[in-house]
Amino acid sequence: MTSNASEQIEYAIEATGLTKRFGDNIAVNKLDLNIPKGSIYGFLGPNGCGKSTSIRLLTGLLEASEGDVTILGKPLLGHEESLKKRIGYMTQKFSLYDNLTVKENLDFVGAIYGFAGKRKKSRIEELLALYDLEKQAKQFAGSMSGGQKQRLALACATLHSPELLFLDEPTSAVDPENRREFWERLFDLCAAGTTILVSTHYMDEAERCHALAIMEDGNKRADGSPQALMDAMPATVVEVSGNKLRQLKQTLTQHPEILSAAQIGAHLRVLIKKKVLDPLGFISELSDGRETILARPSLEDVFVTCTGGRHGD
Amino acid sequence: MGISMWIRVYAIFVKELKQLSRDKMTFGMIIMIPLVQLMLFGYAINTDARHIPVGLVDLSQTSESRAVEHALVATQSVDFIARYRSIKDAEVAITKGEIRAVLYLPADMTRRLFNHPLYDHKQIDSPLTLPIGQWIVDGSDTVIASTIRALRNMPLDEVANHTTIRTAPSFEVVQYFNPEQRTVVNIVPGLVAVILTMTMILFTSSAIVREHEHGNMEFLITTPVRPMELMIGKIAPYVLVGLSQVAIILSVGHWVFSVPIKGSLLSLLGGSILFIFASLTLGLVLSTIAKTQLQAMQMTIFILLPSILLSGFMFPYDAMPVAAQWIAEALPVTHFMRMIRAIALRDASLLLLGKDALWLGLFTIGGIIIASLRFKKKLG
Repeated sequence: MTSNASEQIEYAIEATGLTKRFGDNIAVNKLDLNIPKGSIYGFLGPNGCGKSTSIRLLTGLLEASEGDVTILGKPLLGHEESLKKRIGYMTQKFSLYDNLTVKENLDFVGAIYGFAGKRKKSRIEELLALYDLEKQAKQFAGSMSGGQKQRLALACATLHSPELLFLDEPTSAVDPENRREFWERLFDLCAAGTTILVSTHYMDEAERCHALAIMEDGNKRADGSPQALMDAMPATVVEVSGNKLRQLKQTLTQHPEILSAAQIGAHLRVLIKKKVLDPLGFISELSDGRETILARPSLEDVFVTCTGGRHGD
Repeated sequence: MGISMWIRVYAIFVKELKQLSRDKMTFGMIIMIPLVQLMLFGYAINTDARHIPVGLVDLSQTSESRAVEHALVATQSVDFIARYRSIKDAEVAITKGEIRAVLYLPADMTRRLFNHPLYDHKQIDSPLTLPIGQWIVDGSDTVIASTIRALRNMPLDEVANHTTIRTAPSFEVVQYFNPEQRTVVNIVPGLVAVILTMTMILFTSSAIVREHEHGNMEFLITTPVRPMELMIGKIAPYVLVGLSQVAIILSVGHWVFSVPIKGSLLSLLGGSILFIFASLTLGLVLSTIAKTQLQAMQMTIFILLPSILLSGFMFPYDAMPVAAQWIAEALPVTHFMRMIRAIALRDASLLLLGKDALWLGLFTIGGIIIASLRFKKKLG
């Protein structure tokens, strides 16, 4: 750990060489993280890429095979219990009690975090209002919709006003409308000073984060802010429109300079390695005079570029 | 620190009680298991065999042979349900399982009867004394066989129509505590032990596993809850469950089957609480080993069978070989079986049963230590 007095940024999570092995299988491989306080950080990656395992390692639910983790300025090892009062965790699967009502669930979690009497009552009322659950207060959690369950889970995870909040694929069972709403709440929490680490496999969600790490097979392939990642992408994006795009895709993907070609509506979105100096000319030649234009890179382009064995170059 | 710990324990206790009361099936079973089993076993289990179906091969065909038959029926031990021409036919019937035994009365039965000292006391020391008939028994069931064996020296007063000789028995036997020798008197207190073993171990062994299976544990272990708090909070409601089952069994046993409850309620309560704690901690230890509720169930059955067969509930503890007695001693139920029968039937005090009480206490402490050590606040 470097203890530099002039260091300005305070980190909520610092990890170096974080590794988790299950037998011969490496679930998380030498993960380095520096997540500044007060930011929303995303883990973007497909299922099984090590997102959930990383979160479990950082919350102290799993023990790391190797590596050091510092949470909120304290080494995780040996401080797991005292840190539990300062962090919140929302699991991927709904982990509250289906046969308790919304209010009973909140009451239970409140008591677990040491809230009692008036303090507990007013905090629960506050959360019911904030997460729009007042009408459901007496409803069994098991009978609620996906969005309502999600709000209840967030209310429970933030009941004790944690400084650091972990969310493991929080919106995978929620419709787009509720997803928007949910992210509004996250920015509210962030504005109030909470650091949030969220894992997702949705590009649009990842794009909302201040910074993110793209993960694949337990490795971090790239990290930075969405804009920085797009700017630093080692590929150029060209959109081709015209007919017989399926056949064109077949010929294009044969070329070693072309990283990927994917059809999006009436266009073919082609990623060409940066070392090709005239990408438009290069593509025009290959696509028999179909219309070609340069396009703005998206986060999905970044994701495609640095995963699936294309990250090496 | 201390107060927030009890707040957490209380929160878990309340949560568990609410969930239990909403699980109608489980809640019903808590009451129905003791009631149904008590009714079933109270009426059904009887180690004192009566009205055994038997056959008769009567080659004598005299009024005396009919008198012998009537005298046997009058004992209520056997019912003659069939007659056979020969021993061969009767043996086939035994093999088929139609009858459990056959009485063979030879053609010269009347002469044998007149020469028998139980019929005519002047015949004592007569060299002509022979048995008047022969029982052939399906000896594989020892209870049936011993019932028939008891007929060996049956008095022949009724056949003789006059009082025959009476010799004084070698020993006088006075039966304390259950003079009428009703099996149910011994069964009901034993049933308390067996049913508590079953419900207490099953409920707790699945209680922690259930939190894992439903995904609640992943959230719980990121909270400040300590393993000990979780365990105390989760098992406390089942102490109440256990005590209500004790109350149900003993009161129904008392009113329906007139089983006496001679000991003090305080001793009964103390003994029951000790046993409930021991069973609950055993369930907790199992819950730290089991990964699914099905596994927890299998382990409960693994404990339950020896608890029924070796604890002295069905077969006398003293009749078992030493090695089996050691296994029985390791099970909490054996100690409680002794205690509850002593308290309920013989008015023993808890103090008099100090050794068993102490053992249950030590078992509980040891169990809690093992369960806490095994229960890690980690996944995987």
